[in-house]
Amino acid sequence: MTVHPIIAALRRHKAGVVLIALQIALTLAIVCNAIFIIGQRIERVNQPTGMHEENDLFLITQQWVGAPSADDPAGVEKLDSMQQADLAALRNLPDVVSAAPIRSLPLLHSGSVGGIGLKPLQQKDTIDSNFYYGDEQALPTLGLQLIAGRAFTSADIQHKPMRDQSEPVLAIITQPIADKLFPQGNAVGKVIYLDSSSTPTTIVGVVARLQSAVDTAGSSLTWYSALFPVRQDANFSRTVVRAKPGRLEAAMLAVRPALYTVNPMRVIDEEHGVRSFADIRADAYRADLGMAILMSVVCLILLSITAAGIVGLTSFWVGQRQRQIGVRRTLGARKIDILHYFQLENLLIAGIGAAIGILLALGLNLWLIIHFEMDRMPVIYVLIGVLAVLVLGQAAVFVPARRASNVPPVVATRAV
Amino acid sequence: MFAYYLDLALRSLKRNKVLTALMVIAIAVGIGASMTTLTVMHLLSGDPLPGKSGTLFYPQVDPDPSPKATHLPYDMMDYRSALDLWSAHRADRQAMVTSSQLRLTAPQVNLPPLMVQMLSTTSDFFPMFDVPFRYGSSWTAQDDQNRTRVAVISSNLNDKLFNGANSVGRTLRLKDTDVRIIGVLAPWRPSPQFYDVTGGRFSNGDTASFYSKPEDVFLPLQSSLEINAGGFQPFTCWSMPDDPVHLQNSTCVWVALWVQLDSAAKVDSYRRFVADYAAQQKALGRFGHADNTQLRSLMAWLDFNQVVPSDVRLQTWLAFAFLLICLFNTVGLLLAKFLRRAGEIGVRRALGASRAMVFAQCLVEAGLIGLLGGAGGLLLTLLGLRLVRSQPIEYADLVHLDTTMFLATFALAIAASLLAGVLPALRASRMAPSLQLKTL
Repeated sequence: MTVHPIIAALRRHKAGVVLIALQIALTLAIVCNAIFIIGQRIERVNQPTGMHEENDLFLITQQWVGAPSADDPAGVEKLDSMQQADLAALRNLPDVVSAAPIRSLPLLHSGSVGGIGLKPLQQKDTIDSNFYYGDEQALPTLGLQLIAGRAFTSADIQHKPMRDQSEPVLAIITQPIADKLFPQGNAVGKVIYLDSSSTPTTIVGVVARLQSAVDTAGSSLTWYSALFPVRQDANFSRTVVRAKPGRLEAAMLAVRPALYTVNPMRVIDEEHGVRSFADIRADAYRADLGMAILMSVVCLILLSITAAGIVGLTSFWVGQRQRQIGVRRTLGARKIDILHYFQLENLLIAGIGAAIGILLALGLNLWLIIHFEMDRMPVIYVLIGVLAVLVLGQAAVFVPARRASNVPPVVATRAV
Repeated sequence: MFAYYLDLALRSLKRNKVLTALMVIAIAVGIGASMTTLTVMHLLSGDPLPGKSGTLFYPQVDPDPSPKATHLPYDMMDYRSALDLWSAHRADRQAMVTSSQLRLTAPQVNLPPLMVQMLSTTSDFFPMFDVPFRYGSSWTAQDDQNRTRVAVISSNLNDKLFNGANSVGRTLRLKDTDVRIIGVLAPWRPSPQFYDVTGGRFSNGDTASFYSKPEDVFLPLQSSLEINAGGFQPFTCWSMPDDPVHLQNSTCVWVALWVQLDSAAKVDSYRRFVADYAAQQKALGRFGHADNTQLRSLMAWLDFNQVVPSDVRLQTWLAFAFLLICLFNTVGLLLAKFLRRAGEIGVRRALGASRAMVFAQCLVEAGLIGLLGGAGGLLLTLLGLRLVRSQPIEYADLVHLDTTMFLATFALAIAASLLAGVLPALRASRMAPSLQLKTL
C-alpha cells in the first residue's frame, strides 16, 4: 500500500490531524518526563541504607525527668550509669538480639554533621560527614558490612557528655569517605582531624555503606558517614535495637514496661518514643512515594484521554468516509486493506506527533532542570515515551478501523 | 434565542451520549486536576496577614567578624544584635522570636509529660501579628523586663490539657520551672507560619515544614532563656561556640527580629538605622561587614525563602499541561461533532440563519459541555482535596475549597470549553449551505 493517498486524504482534515498530532506530542512530552521523575523517585526510595536486615531494627528515644546535669563530672557519671542500666535491661529482653546507644539513624532527618580534614587546624574541612556515635554493639546491631580493618571493642568505648568538644580517638568511616580522602587505598590506620581540631583521630575500620541521617538532597554527604566509639550522655538517650527475626512487634511492645521498671522517671513519647526503622524509612520517603504515585496516575489518565480522543476522531472519520470505503471495497479492496489504511494513517499522524513530542519533551526537561533542579533525562525515556504513544495510537485506532473494514461494499451504491 | 440554542444543544448532546460523555469527562478531569493543585497553591502562596503584611519587615545584619568574602546576611541574628535593635524601639512595634522544644507537665492534670514547641518572644508579638485571644491577654513590656514567669498557650494545648476551659491563672511546669498561664489563644493558624520561616534557600524546595502549626507555648524571651537554658538550637554559627548552653554571647545566629513600620518614611529611616547600626558595630570591631544588611517586607521574605514547596509548584504546572491536553481533546471531539451535523447546519443556513447565529449556537453547546464538565470537575476537585488532606503533610489541615476557588472552578471550566469551541464553531459556521443540502 502506498502512503500517497493517505496523505492526500489527510490534507482534507487538516484541523483534526493537527489536533491529534499536538495532543500526542504534548502527551509524549509529559509522559516521558513523568516516567523519568517516577524512575528517579523510585530509585531514591529503594536505595539501601547500608544496614543489613534493617526491618528488624527499631529506635527508642526517651528523656529522663529530673536527670542530673551533664555539665558536671558527677552528673555525667550518673547519666552514664542510667544509660548503662537501660541498655542492660534492653539486651536482656527475650526478643532482642542486640542494642546499642546511638546518636541517630539513617533517614531519621535529625543527626549530627561535622567536618573531616587531613591536617590539624585545617581552615576549611576537606569534606562534610555525618557523625554517628555508638558503642561496640553499634556496628553489629546496625548490621553494617565491615570491609577493612576492625570493629570497635568495649575497650575502645569512651563516654562523655553530648556537648563535650573533645574529639574521639578512633573512627570507622564509610568506603566513599575512604575513596575520597585516601584515593590510594589503605585508609585503615590513617589519621583524620574532625571539625578543624588539632587532635588526631585514627581510622580503625571501613564499612561499605551507611546513609546519612539528615536530608542531603542527593549531595555527596548522603554516603559520607563516620562512626565513633563514644557513648554520649545527656538528659535524653537514643537506643537502636535489633529484634529477633519476626519478633519486631513483640520486642517493641516489651520496651516500655522494661524501661519503666528500670526507672519510672522518664518520658517516652506515645507516638515517636519507640519507632520501627520501617516507619522511619516510610516517613523519610513519603513525599517521594506520593509524587511517584501522583505521576503514575497522571500518566494513566493522560494516556486514556489521548486514546479516547483518537477513538472519537477516527470514529468520526470512519463515519464520514463510509461511501469512500464502500467504493474501495467494490473496486476490490479487501477488509484487511481498509484496516491497514486506517492503521497506517494513525501511524503517520502519531509519528508526526511523536516527532514534535520529542522536541517538546527535551524542552520540558530543560525547563525542569532550570526551575526544579531536575537531572538531564536519558534518551531511553524519550524512546519509551515514543513507543508508548505509537502503541497507544494503534490500540486506540483498532476498534474504529475494524468497524471501517466491516463496511459492506454495497454502501457505495446507495444514495449516490 | 438563547433558550432555543440551549434546547438545540441539549438535544444534540443527548443524540451522541458517548461522545458527550467523553468530552464532559475530559473537561472534568482537566478541571479537577488543575483546581486541586491551584487551590493548594492558592492556600500556600497567600498572604498570611492580609492588609497588614505590607507594614511588617524583617531586618537582617551580618554579625560575622571575619572580613572574608561576603555572603548574604544570615537568616537570623545573633542575640546581641537582635537585642540592640529591639531595645532601640525605633519601629512602631518590634518583637524578637526564637523557637525551641521543652518538656511540659501540667500539675493537677493526669497526663504524662509532653514535649512541646515553645516560642520565646516579646510582648509586641501578639498585637503586631493580630494574634487572637480566647481567654486572658498577652504579657506586657514590663513582664518582658521583669522576666515574669508567665505563659500564653495555644487553643490546641488548652483543649488537650484543660478540655478547652478557661485556664487563665493555672500553672504549668516547663522543664523545672512553674509558670502561670495569663492568656489562651483562639484557634490561630497562619499559612505559612511566617514568623518562623528561615533557611528556605537551603531546603531544596522541601518547605512543607513552613506550614506547620504555631507553637503551643509562648513565653517572654528573657524568662524562657532562663527556663530552657541549653534547649535552644542555633540556626548556624560562624565559628565554634565556646559555650553551647548559653547562646547569648555565642558566635551563633538564632534569634529573629520582626518590626512593624507604618509608613514608607519610617521604612526608609529604619533601613538607615539598621545600616548605621552595622556601621557602628564594624567600627567597634564586632562586625566584619557594615554594608551587608537587609530589610525585607514580610511577603518579600517569604518569596526569598521560596515558601511554596517545589513539589506543589511542579504539580500545578503539571495540572495545567494536563488541562491543555484535555482541551485539545475536546477541540477534536467538538470538531467531529459539529462537522457531522453539516446537513442540519446547512438546512438552518438555508432557512435564513446567519453565520453568527450558527457560531453562537455551537458556542452555546460548547458552553453547556463546560458547565457539565465544571460540575464533574468540582466533584473531582473535592475528591482531590480530600486526598491531599489525608496526606501526612504539615499543611494538610489547611486545605479546603473557599468560595473564590469554587466560583473559579466553573469560570475556568466554561472559559476552557468556550475556548475549545471557538475553532469547531468557526468551521461549522463557514460551511457552504448549498453543498451540504445537495448531499441530503
